[in-house]
Amino acid sequence: MAEVSFEHVYKRFNDSTAVSDFNLEIADKEFLVLVGPSGCGKSTTLRMLAGLEEISDGEVKIGDRLVNDVAPRDRDIAMVFQSYALYPHMSVYDNMAFGLSLRGTPKQEIKRRVGEAAQILGIENMLDRKPKALSGGQRQRVALGRAIVREPAVFLFDEPLSNLDAKLRVQTRAEISKLHQRLGTTFIYVTHDQVEAMTMATRIAVMNLGVLQQVGTPQELYDQPVNQFVAGFMGSPAMNFFRATVGGTPDAVTVDTGSFSLNVPAGRATALRDYAEKEVILGIRPENIHDAAYVPTGLQTEVIEATVDITELMGNEIFLYLKAGNLSFLGRVDPRTEARPGNKVRVAFNMDEMHAFDPQTEESLTSSAPRPKTEAVAAVGIAVLDQSDVKPIGDDAGEPSTDLVPPITKGG
Amino acid sequence: MTIRAKVAATPATQPTTLKREEERSGAGPLSLFGKFLSKFSVHVILILIIVAWSVPTFALLVSSFREPADIARSGWWNALTGSWSFTLDNYDQVLSQRNMGRAFMNSLIISVPSTILSILVAAMAAYAFAWMRFPGRNMLFLLVVGMLVVPVQMTLIPVLRIYGDVTVDTQVPIIGGNLFGINSFPGMWVAHTAYGLPFAIFLLRNFFAALPRDLFESAYLDGASEVQVFFKIVLPLSGPALAALGIFQFLWIWNDLLIALIYMGDPELAPMTLAIRNLVSSFGTQYQFLTAAAFISMALPLLIFFALQRYFVQGVLAGSVKG
Repeated sequence: MAEVSFEHVYKRFNDSTAVSDFNLEIADKEFLVLVGPSGCGKSTTLRMLAGLEEISDGEVKIGDRLVNDVAPRDRDIAMVFQSYALYPHMSVYDNMAFGLSLRGTPKQEIKRRVGEAAQILGIENMLDRKPKALSGGQRQRVALGRAIVREPAVFLFDEPLSNLDAKLRVQTRAEISKLHQRLGTTFIYVTHDQVEAMTMATRIAVMNLGVLQQVGTPQELYDQPVNQFVAGFMGSPAMNFFRATVGGTPDAVTVDTGSFSLNVPAGRATALRDYAEKEVILGIRPENIHDAAYVPTGLQTEVIEATVDITELMGNEIFLYLKAGNLSFLGRVDPRTEARPGNKVRVAFNMDEMHAFDPQTEESLTSSAPRPKTEAVAAVGIAVLDQSDVKPIGDDAGEPSTDLVPPITKGG
Repeated sequence: MTIRAKVAATPATQPTTLKREEERSGAGPLSLFGKFLSKFSVHVILILIIVAWSVPTFALLVSSFREPADIARSGWWNALTGSWSFTLDNYDQVLSQRNMGRAFMNSLIISVPSTILSILVAAMAAYAFAWMRFPGRNMLFLLVVGMLVVPVQMTLIPVLRIYGDVTVDTQVPIIGGNLFGINSFPGMWVAHTAYGLPFAIFLLRNFFAALPRDLFESAYLDGASEVQVFFKIVLPLSGPALAALGIFQFLWIWNDLLIALIYMGDPELAPMTLAIRNLVSSFGTQYQFLTAAAFISMALPLLIFFALQRYFVQGVLAGSVKG
C-alpha cells in the first residue's frame, strides 16, 4: 500500500536523454498505465522505479521514502516481466516461493501464501511442474503469482501481455483488472497498446520521446487530448487530421481544408478566436463521421460529399476509407450504409466533437484538460518538427509523420 | 548427364517449356543419386578417419595383453588369429613393480582438485565479467582473452623461480609432497588452475552473458544478492556448460606432461604422463610395460568421455549457439 511519486526525473544514456523532466504522482491503490510508442521511455521509467536503472536526476519516492539509492530488493515492489522471467530450473512452487525464502519467511507461511496465490490464479495443479511444461498463458500466471506472494506495496508490469495471443490477452487483461480490485494495491503497468491502457487503467499517462504528454482518466484522454500526439495515439482507428484555414466571420466561423469547408459550432468557435485567417490542424475521430442517411438523431452535423475508396465490414459498423478532393480520411458508419467502393457518398461530420491543434506546437486548442506540469512539453513539440525522421506536417501528402500518428493530408 | 543430352536431342515436337519440364523431372532421380553419392562419400571419409584414429588405440589395447615374446616376434593383429594367448602379467607388473599404481593416484590427486578449483574460480570471474558493473570490466576481460595466446612455455621459468622461492617443504600427510611450491600437489593445483583460467573464463562468460537479463533482474527484485544469484540461478542453469568445461579441463590436466615435468620432478609424486615418460627412457624396448601403462592412462579419459559425451558435444557449442 503506497503512493509513488516522480519529481523532475531524468534518465540520460551517454548523450541521449531517454526520459526528461518526468513528474507524476500516483495515488495509493491506483491502476496507472504508462503508454506510448516503443522507445518513448515508458519502460525506462518503470525500471527506474524498480531500481533496475539508475536515476540520472530527480527524485523517486515510494510512500514517503526516497528510493533513488535503495536496492531493488529493498523497495518493496514486485515486477512482472514481458518474458515472464521464470527460473527454468525451479518448479512453479519454487519459483513463487523463491523471493519469500530469500527473505527468511517461515516455511508454513510460504506454503500458505503460495497456495493462496495459486488458488486465485487457478494454477494449484501445476505447482510441481517446471516452467517449460507450461503454456504461455500459464507461465504468465506463475509470473503473476510470484509477484502476488510477495505482497508488495507496488506491483510493476512491463508489457506483461505482449507475448500472449490475442484471445488470451483479452482474458488475462480482465484477470489483471480483477486482481487489482481484489488486492487493492498500487499497480503500475507499462504497455504500448492503447487498448490495454483504455480498458484497465484508472489513470493513463501517455509518453512520447521521453516526455510525459498527458495524464488523466481514459475518458479524459479520449475526449480531451491536450496535443496532437495524444489525440492520434489514443483511439483505434486513429483520429483523422486535416490542415485547415480558419475563416468566416466571428459569428459564423468556418474551417476550410481546401477540399471542403465546414462550419464550426459556436461552442467550439471560441477556441479558434485567435486563429482567424490562420492555419490549424483539425481533428475528427472516425466515429464522428457518419453516413448522412443514418445520422443519429440530435446531432448537429456538417455534410460534405466524398468518394468511397475501400469499405471494411466490422459487423456492427462499417469502416469507410473516404476521399474528398485530395484528402483521405476514415469514417465509422452505420452498417446499413449503401456506400460501395467507387461510389459518391454524403458524409456528416459531427462538429461538436471536433478537435483543433496549433500546427506549430501541436497543442490542442479545444481541450480543457490539465497539462502535465513540465516545461519540456512545448519544447519537445517543436523539436519533433525539427527531427528529420518525422516529416513536417503536410510536407508530403499521405506520409505518416510517425508510425503511430495518423497522416495529415495537405489541403488545396 | 546422358539423360539430359538425350532429352535435348529429341526433335523439337513440343514447346520448349514442356521440354524444360521434362528435363527437370529427369534431373530428379539424378539429383537423388547425387545426394546419395555425396552422403556416401562423406560417410566413407568419416569411416576412414575413425579407423585411422582408433586402430592404434585398439592395437595398444591388444598388445598390452600379449606376452613380451609375442610382441617381439609378430604384429599385434596376429594375436586375433590362430591361438589366443593373452596375459594380465603386464598390468600386474606395471601397477605393482613399476609404480604405476601410485602414478595413477598422483594423476587423480592433481587433476580432480585442479579441475574443480579452475571451474569455480572461472565461473565466479565469468559471472562478474558478464553481469556485474565495475570500472575497467571490458579492459580486464580483453586482458584475460589476450592471455589465451600466451604460450605456457613462456611462463615456465618465471613461475618455477617463484615456486622455488615460496616452496614450503613441510610434508603433507596422506597425499605426500611439499605443502607448496615445487614438488607439491597444491602447487600443481594452483598452476593448472591458472593455466586453465583464460579459456574457462572466456567460455563461461559467453555462456552466462547469453542468459536472459530478465532472470537476473527478477532475482534481484525477489531479494537475491549477487552471491545468491550466482549460486541459485546461474550455476544451476549452467550445468551443461560447466560439465563440458569440466571434461575439457580434466582431460587437459590428466594428459599434461610439460607442467608436471617442470614443477613435479619427484618420481614419487609424478603423474601418469611423467611416469610413462620415465618408463620409456628406462625400458624403451619393453613394449609390454609401455602399452599397459599407456592404456591405464587412457582408460579414465575414455571412460569419462563415453559417460559424458552428450555434454561434451553441447559444451563445444556453448557460447556460440545459445546453450
